[in-house]
Formats: sequence, C-alpha cells, structure tokens
Amino acid sequence: MTDFPHTWAHRSPRARLALWFGWLCLVALFVYCWQVMTANTIWMFIWDAPRQAADIGNRMFPPRLSYLPELMKPLWDTLNMATLGTLLGVILAVPVAFLAARNTSPSVLILRPIALFIIVASRSINSLIWALLLVAILGPGLLAGIIAIGLRSIGFIGKLLYEAIEETDIRQIEAVTATGASPTQVLNYAIVPQIMPAFWGITVFRWDINIRESAILGLVGAGGLGLKLQASLNTLAWPQVTMILLVILATVVLSEWVSAKVRGAII
Amino acid sequence: MLELAALTKTYKTGDKALSDVSLTVPKGQVVGLIGPSGAGKSTLIRCINRLVEPSSGKIILSGRELSGLGPRTLRRERRRIGMIFQEYALVERLTVMENVLSGRLGYVSFWQSFTRRFPAGDIERAYRLLDRVGLMEHADKRADALSGGQRQRVGIARALSQEPELLLVDEPTASLDPKTSRQIMRLLIEICAERGLPAIVNIHDVPLAQQFMQRIIGLRAGSVVFDGPPEDLTETVLTTIYGAEDWTAMRKDGEADQVAEAEAVASLAMISA
Repeated sequence: MTDFPHTWAHRSPRARLALWFGWLCLVALFVYCWQVMTANTIWMFIWDAPRQAADIGNRMFPPRLSYLPELMKPLWDTLNMATLGTLLGVILAVPVAFLAARNTSPSVLILRPIALFIIVASRSINSLIWALLLVAILGPGLLAGIIAIGLRSIGFIGKLLYEAIEETDIRQIEAVTATGASPTQVLNYAIVPQIMPAFWGITVFRWDINIRESAILGLVGAGGLGLKLQASLNTLAWPQVTMILLVILATVVLSEWVSAKVRGAII
Repeated sequence: MLELAALTKTYKTGDKALSDVSLTVPKGQVVGLIGPSGAGKSTLIRCINRLVEPSSGKIILSGRELSGLGPRTLRRERRRIGMIFQEYALVERLTVMENVLSGRLGYVSFWQSFTRRFPAGDIERAYRLLDRVGLMEHADKRADALSGGQRQRVGIARALSQEPELLLVDEPTASLDPKTSRQIMRLLIEICAERGLPAIVNIHDVPLAQQFMQRIIGLRAGSVVFDGPPEDLTETVLTTIYGAEDWTAMRKDGEADQVAEAEAVASLAMISA
C-alpha cells in the first residue's frame, strides 16, 4: 500500500507570504491616505457639521410645490437633450465600434487604433467638461448640451458594442460566409442579428445615464433642469432646490423603469 | 466532380494539419472522412471552400480551379458548395426562413438581401426544401426555438437552397442523440441520391460511417491512410487510423444502437398506425 500525504494546503508557503505582504501594503496605504486626507481638514468645521446639515435641511423643507409648473419646460429640455444626445452618440458610435472590433475592422493596423483612440478620448472626458468646452465654443444652450452628451456617449456605446461584436459566434459567421455571401451581407445576416440585443440594451442603458447627466449639465450653461438648479442655488432658494432634486429623482426612477422594461423585453 | 491534388496546410504555428492529400470524388458519391481528433478532417473540409486557406495544392470542382481565386470570384464559386456544420451554425436570432434564404445570399444583391425581398423562385425553393425536410410549419419560428434535430434539418435546407454541386458536411451528428443522428444521416443520404450530389462527410462515429457511407477515407495526422469501401474497414485498418484499441467493444455499442433504433422505429410505427 502506498502512503499518501495527510496534509494539503490550498496555498504554497510562498503564496501565503505574498498574500500577507499584500494585505500589509493595503493597510499601510490606507493609513497614509488617511493622513493625506486629514492634513488640511479644519476639525472645527467637522464638529460643526451636524448642526449645519440640520440647518440646511430645515431650510430645504418643505419643497416649494408651486415651483413645479415652472420646471416642466426645463424638464422637457433635459429629456430632449438626453434623447437627442443619445441618438447622436449611437449614430457616431456604431461605425466606430465596427472599426474597433478586431473581427470586423477593415484595417487592424491603422483604423482600429484610431477607433480605439476615439473611444478612449470620449470616455476620458466627463460630459460636464465636454459641456464646458462646448458652451465656450457654441455659446450656452441646449445644442451644446446635446453635443456634449453625444460625444461622451460615443466612448461608452462604442466600447460595449465593439466588445459585443468581438464576442459573436464565429461559426454562424463562417456558415453565412460559406454560402458565398459578400462581406456586407455577412455583416447583415450573421453579425447584426447576434449583436442586436446587446445594441438595444447598451443604448437604453446609456439613455438612462444621459438623463441623469443632462439634468446637471445646466450648471455650466447647457440648458435644462441644471440651469434652474444653478439659479436656485445662487439665490439660496433652498425649497426650490429640493423641488428640483425631487423632479430629477422622479425622472431618473422613471427612466430606470423604462430601461429595465426595454432590456427585459429584448433579452 | 471534385478533385484534390497534393493539398497541404501548415498553420502559422507550424502544425502540419494536412500533408499531400490527393483524392477524387465522382458525382453522386458520398464519402465518409474518419480519423481521430486533430487528424485534419475539419481542416480538409474547410480547405475545399477555402474557409481555411490551403498552403499549397489544387482544388478542382467540375473542371474549375478554386485555389488561388480572388475574393470576388471565390464568393461566386462558394455558391456551388453547400456546407453543413457541427452544432448547426444557424443564425440563432433569425427565423428559419431567413436562415434557409441565406443560402441564396451569393445570388442576390445586398439591397435585396437587406430588405429580405428575395426573388419568387428563391422563396418557392425555400418552401419546397422546408417541406422536404419536414419543417414547413416552422418557417416563421426563430431558429433558436427548434430542437437539435430540427435545427440540423434547417442547416441541410440552407445548404441545399444554394443548389450546390457539392456538399461539405462537418460532423453533422456530433451534438445529436443516436436516433436523431441516424435520421439526419438517412435524410442526407436520400437527398444526395435524389440529386446525384457528391458529399464529403466528416464523421467520428465509425459504425455510423460504415452504415451509411459508400466510401470511406481514413485520415491520420493529415495524411490519407485508408481509402476504400466500408467493408474493407477491418480491425487492422482501424488500428492504423486510430491507434490500438478494442474495436469490438465499439462495434457492440453500434449494434446496441441499431437495436435501440429498430425498437424506436417499431414503436413509432405503432403510434402512427
């Protein structure tokens, strides 16, 4: 009879040591960060914080309901900004995604890096910053907001869509190719049907995010609810601020419900 | 008639998948291609319609050479070769009808295919084929709503809608149960006989190959090591193809399958009677 070992360890001693060292580094990092964070803190303000919060809270309630009719137009603007911005983003992102996906890119060496760069550039700049730039260029208004939302959406939609394109089932593509179909027909018959659920899911998800983002774009002059928010904040009209926040909350809840329904229906 | 001359495929990694394969398939002949995994069966089949680019050698289909064609002419020639896949390879989210009509893509313009307005002749042919494979009432269902056997029938209809001069069949029964496997094989053989269609069938189930094929080609490490009628497939030959193994065990399994099938057919007959 052979003698089998009686002990078995999930990790080797070396791996255990590395793991402990990793945790040690993490704790050290936390302590260091805590120090950096609190170096410029004026503690008196912190001790005072609950009282201040209670004070603002008191001023914010009750929300000014009579302000609601005045908010309808900006709300409509915000919804339009989000929807048109998403539409613009989709129109620009679809070609970029096909250029970026390894299996559909016509030139992996030149066009693919360019498409990937467009995606990264769009993603790395927050829509608030895009709006700031565009308001400076185009002047204040909805158009700047729409384009800002659109530009920011390219990266998000483009990245998720090109990943969906790369994950398509190669056998279905092979089968359509084998019939003698042209590349555009292969795209239409084998790739597009496979990415359709992802496409609708991504688009509705982005629309949902864009509603949230467009609600604050007015802060930098791009129109919509944000503009009203800024005006109310500047005049210290706290009950109006509460009302605006409630409207934003209701809109976001509604858009989330719509996007969940749509995604549920597709997949 | 299909003629392969000194077909060789070496992958970029240096793996030699096919070396110097030469064979001729006359009109109407159904050839079974057997061999262990990695012997190059799939590569051989995919080299014929150039889904895999052969490194050297010639492919001649009814007098026309397919090797070395440009993309446009290659697409035109691919229309003459129908292909049936392991695990069906249907476009899951398209309807059965769209899948069958996709066999006509090489014949219609992009715009026609995009708007799904196929010529009347194509539509009539598609319905005729669906009727032939027994799926007439499923035409407007989505492909992923069908069972395995039904999906493979759609795969057959799609390949036939090309009006091909050659069928390439890659492991048609790999994901089907033994009974459905036999039904699919029988359907394939019948269709090839009806149309005088030559076919190359990759198959790893030796008893199934012996039962249905007119000729068997054994592939080992990319070379043809056997080429003859199924009766000549002796134990020694199987050992040269697959390496040493107890073949009688497999034969018995095959017999058991046949008994099971006979019973199933009998009970089906009872139900329908």
